[in-house]
Amino acid sequence: MQYFPILSFITFLPILGMVIILFIPKKLDVVIKSLTLVITSVQVVAAVVILHSYNYALGGINDPATFQFMEKFRWIDINGFSWIGKIKVDYFMGIDGLSVPLVLLTAIVTFVATLSSWTINKSVKGYFALFLLLDTGMMGVFVSLDFFLFYVFWELMLLPMYFLIGIWGGPRREYAAIKFFLYTLLGSVFMLLVMIGLYFSSTEVLADGTKAFTFNMLSMMNHQNFTMTGILSPLNPHNLRLVAYIALFIGFAIKIPMFPFHTWLPDAHVEAPTAISVILAGVLLKMGTYGILRICYPVFPEITRQLVWYIALFGMINIIYGALCAMAQKEIKKLIANSSISHMGFVLLGMASLNSMGMSGAVLQMFNHGTITAMLFLCVGVIYDRAHTRGIEEFGGLATQMPIYTGFTTLAFFGAIGLPGLSGFISESFIFLGAFAFPTIRVIAVISTLGMLLGAGYMLWTMQRVYLGTLKEKWASLKDLTFREYAMLVPLSIIIIFIGVYPSPILSLMNSSVNAMVKFMADAQVIYGSFGH
Amino acid sequence: MTENVMIQLAVIILFLPLLGFTATLFLGKKIKFMYIFETFILICAFVLSVVLVYTQLTYFSGKSTIGEFHWIDLANAPLMGRITVDLGVLIDNISVLMIFVVSLISMLVHIFSIAYMKGDKRYNRYFAYLGIFTFSMNGIVFTHNLLMMYIFWDLVGISSYLLIGFWYEKKSASDAGKKAFIANRVGDIGMFLGILLLFITYHTFTFDKIFSQISQGVIPFNSGFWLTVTGILIFCGAIGKSAQFPLHVWLPDAMEGPTPVSALIHAATMVAAGVYLIVRVFPMLSGGALEFIAIIGAISALIPATIALTQNDIKKVLAYSTISQLGYMVMGLGVGAYSFAFFHLITHAFFKALLFLGSGSVIMAMHHEQDIRKMGGLRKKMPVTYYTFLLATLAISGIPLTSGFLSKDGILAGTFAFGSLTGQWFFAAVGFFVAMLTAFYMFRLVILTFHGEPRDKEKYEHAKESPFVMAMPLVVLAALSIFIWYTPNPVNPEQGALLSSWVKTPVINTPQFSRYEFMKNDEAKPTQNNVPGGEVKEKESEVVYSGVYTEAMHQAHIPAMLLSLFVAGLGILTAFLFYQWKKLDPDKLADSIKPLYKLSYNKWYFDEIYDATFIAATLGLSKVLYWIDTYIIDGIVNGSASLTKLLARISDGFDHYVVDGIVNFMGYLSSFIGLIFRRFQTGKVQTYIVLVVFSLVIILFLFKSF
Repeated sequence: MQYFPILSFITFLPILGMVIILFIPKKLDVVIKSLTLVITSVQVVAAVVILHSYNYALGGINDPATFQFMEKFRWIDINGFSWIGKIKVDYFMGIDGLSVPLVLLTAIVTFVATLSSWTINKSVKGYFALFLLLDTGMMGVFVSLDFFLFYVFWELMLLPMYFLIGIWGGPRREYAAIKFFLYTLLGSVFMLLVMIGLYFSSTEVLADGTKAFTFNMLSMMNHQNFTMTGILSPLNPHNLRLVAYIALFIGFAIKIPMFPFHTWLPDAHVEAPTAISVILAGVLLKMGTYGILRICYPVFPEITRQLVWYIALFGMINIIYGALCAMAQKEIKKLIANSSISHMGFVLLGMASLNSMGMSGAVLQMFNHGTITAMLFLCVGVIYDRAHTRGIEEFGGLATQMPIYTGFTTLAFFGAIGLPGLSGFISESFIFLGAFAFPTIRVIAVISTLGMLLGAGYMLWTMQRVYLGTLKEKWASLKDLTFREYAMLVPLSIIIIFIGVYPSPILSLMNSSVNAMVKFMADAQVIYGSFGH
Repeated sequence: MTENVMIQLAVIILFLPLLGFTATLFLGKKIKFMYIFETFILICAFVLSVVLVYTQLTYFSGKSTIGEFHWIDLANAPLMGRITVDLGVLIDNISVLMIFVVSLISMLVHIFSIAYMKGDKRYNRYFAYLGIFTFSMNGIVFTHNLLMMYIFWDLVGISSYLLIGFWYEKKSASDAGKKAFIANRVGDIGMFLGILLLFITYHTFTFDKIFSQISQGVIPFNSGFWLTVTGILIFCGAIGKSAQFPLHVWLPDAMEGPTPVSALIHAATMVAAGVYLIVRVFPMLSGGALEFIAIIGAISALIPATIALTQNDIKKVLAYSTISQLGYMVMGLGVGAYSFAFFHLITHAFFKALLFLGSGSVIMAMHHEQDIRKMGGLRKKMPVTYYTFLLATLAISGIPLTSGFLSKDGILAGTFAFGSLTGQWFFAAVGFFVAMLTAFYMFRLVILTFHGEPRDKEKYEHAKESPFVMAMPLVVLAALSIFIWYTPNPVNPEQGALLSSWVKTPVINTPQFSRYEFMKNDEAKPTQNNVPGGEVKEKESEVVYSGVYTEAMHQAHIPAMLLSLFVAGLGILTAFLFYQWKKLDPDKLADSIKPLYKLSYNKWYFDEIYDATFIAATLGLSKVLYWIDTYIIDGIVNGSASLTKLLARISDGFDHYVVDGIVNFMGYLSSFIGLIFRRFQTGKVQTYIVLVVFSLVIILFLFKSF
């Protein structure tokens, strides 16, 4: 296994599929769809292989020696600009306990989304080509360890997403697509600036003993690699690290999305086709929190520590604001989009706790939110395909007409509420335990528990209005689930129940890395504190 | 039988109903008879729990056995050390008695439901839900730690949600389910915060580890105040689940569920879980927390009792009486009458389940009529239902020879003793007053339902006694409402095995300064024994519980008994005067105290107040925030887009008129200049020579001057 570049394989396999699709004649819809399904299935298998041969004991985070499945070679190598020095960019991939759950999540969600895309009829070829390109972008973000490469994948994912919403979306698709695109691009600009700033502040020792600037994230995490004069170097007394941190954080926060940068999400969700909503909620939002954990935290540990109260505060605002906004919705998809905002707030709160319980909870919540919300959007898609409407008040009594479908939806709803026995409970409890254990943000944690109440409120209310009550006459012909719909809902249900009942495997998967991160953050506090500013 | 076998037995009892649930849920559609399987599972669970309770009480009485495993293990967590989350079962006298009650009533309710739910279109689904409920309830009973308690706490909540809203076509039913779940969530959040506080202090959720650390003087934030807060927060869970004031509003609405469900969940087991929780955490409750608990219990005993006086729905009356009785238990625990509160939990479970099942029998006979004003005279038609119902009514009213007399009297004696020790007679006053109200409204119910002449002749004609599967549970529960099972002496419960050797008040672990005044000097001496060769830990709980208090209870016993008999008799007599002999006219009385009557009839307007405050505020806030989202935040976003567009247009204009203007002007200018200079370029050599000469002259002339 060691010599097979499995990360490149899992990342670029979809691009290979895209190229093949481009050569398939337009008319062969089914072939295109099946090929995509095969590609995403292979991806799931590859993710399982990764999981199987992954060594749980290694921590990763800042230590290159403990990353796994590493691939590293020189990608761009330019000599000769005397005033810049050498430009060297590595193709550097590797995974640790932070990224493994997300790689797995991406594979699963993409697979399920492919099944959900089966109903697409409009220019199938273009849709699936873009879909696979998007897949590569997402996977790439989670496996890159070089900031430049990370940025490339980050941008790569943006373009197909724009077209997928803008062409295959609902009535206001163009507005939503442009809003999504511009918002994210704004974030990218911030990220780009910080990336360049970091590049000129950190160095790496080359094979010939000379030093060169670097985009290597892991080098940026070691204070010894910073130059004395770089504007983002902690050794420079006049550095701009605080400003850079905030800019980078906003870049990621837009993706989460964090209040007040969240309004693109409900629009994008409402207009996007079901499968794209599933990917958006299931994977894309996690890129924001993943980016914060992967880059903001270990590259700027001292600033993180300084701003941790604000991170928790924004987490709390997300939790409560999102929940209250969800309560006011009249459209199921918009409601779930707002509930996503609320649930991503839990991730922020957990991250801010800076201890093992809270961080584990945050990473697990990313995974759980991915599966639960994906399932919620799938359930909405099922009913939208049949009824062509998503207005909450237009339904009622679906439980009588579609009992099995209602059963699955109930499971997803309860998962979102954080019912014990389902995965959401574990992550939410861990987040609260962690946040409560950290005195700085204890009060915020206490207030945030209101989110548990509000969540139950809007979810059960929706449940009642859509599924309970007497069946409206016009829905008396709706059919229950088809085989394809079973195939997308059953795997997610199994994951949600399994993690809820037996969370140990996935927690121990990320445990070493979470511990490494917590330890790194605590140690860095001492080291960076000694610089005296 | 060894401890390990007991643990295995407990685990089997715990998971059997889950098996029943899963099988019935998935196969119920295809196989019609899955409900028999589910009922059979519950019979098995009951038989096993009899074995368990017999073993524990005979061979291991007073000892507790724990079987646990690491559910989650975060090894080497920096800053926090090793964090483990354990799940496990705790087998002691309390938990086996409780499991006996739960599995017995659950089994009886299953059997009763076979006839009661006949013909329902989701028949098997109903039994599946009963199964998941029983599983969750068993989990609460067996848990040895607070997190697992919380997990099953919520599972009980969700199964209750499913069962209350079982007939979800009715809006009132789905409303009631939602209300129950959300009211419970409010309490759960308090409990969750309490658990968080305990976890950050003790790094464990397990009861015995927390207690032993408390007895070593480790308390949250090193302050007695926070210990009290922790106790109150944990108690919040009980406020929700046991429908205590101010979260009691969900229980009367929960009567929308099928009546056997009300018997099982909303009378005997789930609502008792709150009391069970206090029983479990009793050793860590400080005096302040206990007093808070007693006050909440007293209010919850009083208000619903006043509401029950005027209600006309047979199930609503019983629901309010349930809240009131739970209030008794909570108050009993609060004043320190631990064993009597637990005793009342058991006796109440039996007679209240009986009352609900009896009312179910009546409701079915009356073709789903629940209004007692339309009943009457059913005594002749339904003798079994009548006599069992009457026996339960005697028990709840506290008439001698019944179980209720023994347990209720004990709680009243406890409040009496508390009054005599501390001078606070409030609890005793509430206790006796409520006893009178209880006797009154329960007999009002019996008289209006079973005595007199039928008021709805047609329904009466069709009414008939329920079939065997419904009558049998009534008889069993009626038998259990007689004193003989608990004590050989009908006036002294302490002569029975239950109170003399099975249920003992545990050691109070809280630091001395935080206890009740009269418990300050109590010695707490828990001893630990490890069984050689086994992983099972045993704990000797030979208890030294407040001597002063026990003494006071003994002295209070006789006066309290006499007084309670007197008030109960008074209540019954009044009920007969009003409704049987018609010597007094209830309507006239109601007219003369109209405001009070309306307050009671409208349930003290709790629902209206909550709707107008919390719910309206939340919904209003959500609308306001959404408005902000749409118009302010998105306004800024769209505004900045428009601004950018405007800027773009301006720069376009600038481009067009200024930049392009300059460029075009330059072009124009150069072509203009070109136009002028073109004149000079004629192509004629003569002209060029003239120009050259002319230019030379000018240049020479210019340079000359320098």
